[in-house]
Amino acid sequence: MSKSFRTRRGETHALRGINLEIGVSEFLCIVGPSGCGKTTLLRILAGLETQTSGTVTIAQDDPSRPLNSMVFQDHSLFPWLTVLDNAAFGLEMRGVPRTERYEKSRALLESVGLTRFSEYYPHQLSGGMKQRVSLVRAFVTDPEVLLMDEPFAALDAQNKVLLQDELLRIWEASRKTVVYITHSIEEALALGDRIIVMTSSPGQLKETIPVEFPRPRNIFELRARPEFGAISARIWEILELEVLKAREAQP
Amino acid sequence: MTWGKDALSLENRERLLSIASPVALLLVWQLMSWAGLLDPRFIPSPIGIGKAAYALLRSGELLQNIWVSLIRILAGFVIGAVPGILIGLAMGVSRWVRAAIDPLVAALFPIPKISLLPLIMLYLGIGEASKIALVALGVVFLVLINAMAGVLAIDPIHFDVAKNYGAPRYKLWTRVVIPGALPMIFVGMRLGIGVAFIVIVAAEFVAARSGIGYLIWTSWETLRIENMFVGIITITVLGVLTTLVLHEIERLAMPWRREHA
Repeated sequence: MSKSFRTRRGETHALRGINLEIGVSEFLCIVGPSGCGKTTLLRILAGLETQTSGTVTIAQDDPSRPLNSMVFQDHSLFPWLTVLDNAAFGLEMRGVPRTERYEKSRALLESVGLTRFSEYYPHQLSGGMKQRVSLVRAFVTDPEVLLMDEPFAALDAQNKVLLQDELLRIWEASRKTVVYITHSIEEALALGDRIIVMTSSPGQLKETIPVEFPRPRNIFELRARPEFGAISARIWEILELEVLKAREAQP
Repeated sequence: MTWGKDALSLENRERLLSIASPVALLLVWQLMSWAGLLDPRFIPSPIGIGKAAYALLRSGELLQNIWVSLIRILAGFVIGAVPGILIGLAMGVSRWVRAAIDPLVAALFPIPKISLLPLIMLYLGIGEASKIALVALGVVFLVLINAMAGVLAIDPIHFDVAKNYGAPRYKLWTRVVIPGALPMIFVGMRLGIGVAFIVIVAAEFVAARSGIGYLIWTSWETLRIENMFVGIITITVLGVLTTLVLHEIERLAMPWRREHA
């Protein structure tokens, strides 16, 4: 699969020769230098952009469930909807009746401790709470694949770890297939079953690293392990070269 | 809690002052009239204006004129705002609609609407229709331009979310486009109501036998300066009241903009 854009300076290749198979219930993390096209890859999977060549296939065993739901970066909640309506947005779009979609959303909101805030509007929430609602909005639609585009990038360090922990907890309950984009090696190691490192532009898949920490994981514990630092350093070696290349390519 | 008490009394003092200063101004005005410092042929006294207002109220003339002007403003406002919102939203959503209509708006918006009055009277006659149409013309472009800007100002991520979650077309409108553009739609309507008042008074000056504009104009022709002041004050109060009503509607329509803990 590939993607190129037409610009004034001719064709730009964003992605080249992407060949990737993701297993059911796999938590796949993709890391790469900024501008490597990892977000473009995710947007193609999400159906928000179309590839220039190649195909994307998502196995669907239940046609009543959506193929994918995306957890976006910051600011993706609708300011004019309450927390409950934001959480139920995906279900509403699929024509799920009000009582049913509220019931399902309330249950998940409760599991992330936001019951008390159902009738609040997003501007009354902290950044971490907003991203919790974003997670609920995606999980509650029960899609085949969950796509996450650096959902915690805008959070401070403590909140980031808390949210990662929370994400793992919700995920353990459903074990959905996840494709998670990040530029943080630590985050990828803490969350994923497998990490794919992408090259700098045009984005290609460079290396696959299996992550064999047992589940369920506790992120604080995990980060204290010596192996964690060792793998992290190994991945950084792979990534460093690409980051440097990406930096040179910048005008 | 001395500190808290002080803060409160400071606030009250402020409120008191903001009432006291206009009252003081009226008082000075009245005293100057009594002292003969103001020529009553040009500047009537507050009490004189009050008496004129009372007479106009008792004869029913004032209420009749208020009613006529208000109907013209409201009818024109609705006839202008509704298509303005719909076309503006469509322009915001579709670049094709925008490309088609933008040049027309750019050409028609700068025309001072009051200059069209003779032409409109030629088409619609000298009755109510021509005044209502003029108000509608004054309102439509302001609402349209702001509604379009409102849609364009919606964060693109919201359209991505709607698309990713498979929003059907009507849900895209009711859940994203309309609520997202609502703040700007209200900006357009506030500007529109202001223009509606300007346009209607001007139209009633020259082409009506009723309305507050007519009252002001005939008072000038008959040199009833008190009545003129009554007309000016009336139209100002009406303007303030309609703005307040619109503001309240805005508050009810956009609960997410209300600040509360």
